[in-house]
Amino acid sequence: MTKEKKTETKTETKKTKPPQEMVKLIIDGKEVEVEKGSYILHAAETLGIKIPTLCYYKHVQPYAACRICTVEVKRGKRVRYVTACNFPAEEGLEVTTFNDRIKTIRKLNVEFLLARCSKVKVLQDLAAELGIEKSRFGEGEEGCILCGLCVRVCNEVVGAKAIAFAGRGIEREVTTPFNVDSERCIGCGSCAKVCPTGYIRVASTEEDKIVHRDITLGPNTAIYVPTMQAVPNRPVIDTVSCIYFRNGKCKICAKICPTEAIDYEIPDKTEEIEVGTIIAATGFELFDPRKTMQYGYGRFDNVITSLEFEKMNCAAGSTNGKIVLANGEEPKSIGIIHCIGSRDKNYNEYCSRVCCMYALKFAHLVKEKTDAEVYDFYIDMRSFGKGYEEFYNRLLEEGVRFIRGKAAQVYNEPIYPEEEGKLVIRCEDTLMGRVRRIPVDMVVLCSAIEARQDSPELARLLTLCHSKDKFFAEKHPKLAPVSTASDGIFIAGCCQGPKDIPDTVAQASGAAAQAMSLAAKGYIEIESATSEIDKDKCTGCRICNDLCPYHAIDYIVADKVSKINEALCKGCGTCTAACPSGAIAAKQFKDQQISAEMEGVLS
Amino acid sequence: MAFEPKILGIFCNWCSYTGADLAGTARMKYSPNLRIIRVMCSGRVDPQFILKAFADGADGVLVAGCHPGDCHYIEGNYKTMGRMPIIHKMLEQMGIDQERFRLEWISASEGDRVAEVANEMTETIKKLGPLNLKP
Repeated sequence: MTKEKKTETKTETKKTKPPQEMVKLIIDGKEVEVEKGSYILHAAETLGIKIPTLCYYKHVQPYAACRICTVEVKRGKRVRYVTACNFPAEEGLEVTTFNDRIKTIRKLNVEFLLARCSKVKVLQDLAAELGIEKSRFGEGEEGCILCGLCVRVCNEVVGAKAIAFAGRGIEREVTTPFNVDSERCIGCGSCAKVCPTGYIRVASTEEDKIVHRDITLGPNTAIYVPTMQAVPNRPVIDTVSCIYFRNGKCKICAKICPTEAIDYEIPDKTEEIEVGTIIAATGFELFDPRKTMQYGYGRFDNVITSLEFEKMNCAAGSTNGKIVLANGEEPKSIGIIHCIGSRDKNYNEYCSRVCCMYALKFAHLVKEKTDAEVYDFYIDMRSFGKGYEEFYNRLLEEGVRFIRGKAAQVYNEPIYPEEEGKLVIRCEDTLMGRVRRIPVDMVVLCSAIEARQDSPELARLLTLCHSKDKFFAEKHPKLAPVSTASDGIFIAGCCQGPKDIPDTVAQASGAAAQAMSLAAKGYIEIESATSEIDKDKCTGCRICNDLCPYHAIDYIVADKVSKINEALCKGCGTCTAACPSGAIAAKQFKDQQISAEMEGVLS
Repeated sequence: MAFEPKILGIFCNWCSYTGADLAGTARMKYSPNLRIIRVMCSGRVDPQFILKAFADGADGVLVAGCHPGDCHYIEGNYKTMGRMPIIHKMLEQMGIDQERFRLEWISASEGDRVAEVANEMTETIKKLGPLNLKP
């Protein structure tokens, strides 16, 4: 049902490399043997000697623009100063990676770079290391050090070739052809990732927005581990955004994987698995607050849903758990509005069950992490579980402000001076009996839990019933909450109705236990009310054969009559009504029995 | 004494009968003229039952099943959908008012619908008067 294709990474057979010619060289007095053709920088790496670089990146061709990696090489009597990143290792070379002369060269190069970009952090760090206080050649304000990493990555790895160097001398810059918006840029962000100065930023072309919009709340890369708790805990590749699947380039993940586990050619497999029982636990969707336009979701940057707030709060999330506004600042006041899309005749009449408690959780977290004011706009406070009411009381003591009254609208236009620059929530405080305007920095909407849009499809597949609100129908609301009208198919969790985690776990355990007990029995109990064909009356017309939705009726060629398989028959009686000879009797619902009932009822 | 119609309801076990059950547990008020018997699926309903019902003294017959697509036995109600129009034709040819026979789709949560239909049919048939087919 989802459009994303996923390719799983798996260990494949090891690729064998052809034997390479090796060369021996000496670096800082230590001997090392490397492949012929590799550069001094690699050789030093194998020895654990670190040579500083600015414009070097392992997976693209070296450019040697920055000259920081300059080292001394001696061959026989000849001494030269070359860049380690692109000087090939030769047999018998003697390399020194640091001495006074090298230090002088490095300092000079850094000073030259500082003369262009004095504010760039990597340069400032290098300068501090080398003992440079101020460049003799000036202090430029440029942000780009012209290392060319972005150009090389865009050309060689991504293959988009959207940017390159343009201009000569002091006019030299990295840009797109003719300085116009590129059509070739695929927005992969690789240039921003390799840029050592942070000069390149990925931004939407509409407006400069950061945090909630630019920093994704989902996967940041085409290869990603779905969640921290994913089973198996392995990365998957989104073939829609992966560069290799788009134009055959990149393949960096395969290059750096130490166990060579990535194989792009594994095809998607469709497997047919025969099972005896099915548990549907397909979860829920969140009500889209764009439908309730009055709350400003989608129009105002700082109106977010509860799920977005939760993702932001998560320590593994995009802000590392910091609560921030869209512009990166900390909010001084937050409004949490309950019952968005639930308890509402216009959308869903039911109560979404979990929102009151997570709204309290948010309020508590905000009070813990920031010193913002929290306003909670509720209709009723539904704190039904263990410790829930006690938690509510605790929050009252923590100074969270509770306003009993559903918020009517969120405004962006200030009327009073204290509302400048803030969002205003207008509500009726029913306990005070007044209409109030509360200015806040951020609004969190407790959006209702809804059934998934595709649940009618699944219901049809599994012959499940669903109620008006599209949640799957259980067999009995009180006595059979996890089984369904179809034997062997169970439901658990929010697909059956909104519920919180303890209840979901309880239901899931129940469904699993019931499913297992079916399998553990070793036999199945069949319907007693099945249908039976009287051989003597059956004319072999076979009208009934195709009528049965369970394919329970077979035509016995030898006897020239049809026969019903009792184990498959569910007793619906459709065949019985169709038989022109009256040869089929639906046990317990025979024609004579129904006639007798009718006569009795109509007497 | 005012004429009280006898309406026979043939309800499928899973949806419509449960719906009628719900109308009962929710204490909904509806006319007592609807007398319900249960079959497992509306697909069990032989057109002959309907004719027999009228012959047994029913003034009206209501067949109720699950909504198309939601049949507990997957396709039973589609077969019903195909069979019931024949009844309408036969009743027309026999000179019996078509309003006396109704096919309805009622789900397990639609107790209010059961009440609505029962009341509607009672009203309609009261106006039509007794059928008096029973010898």
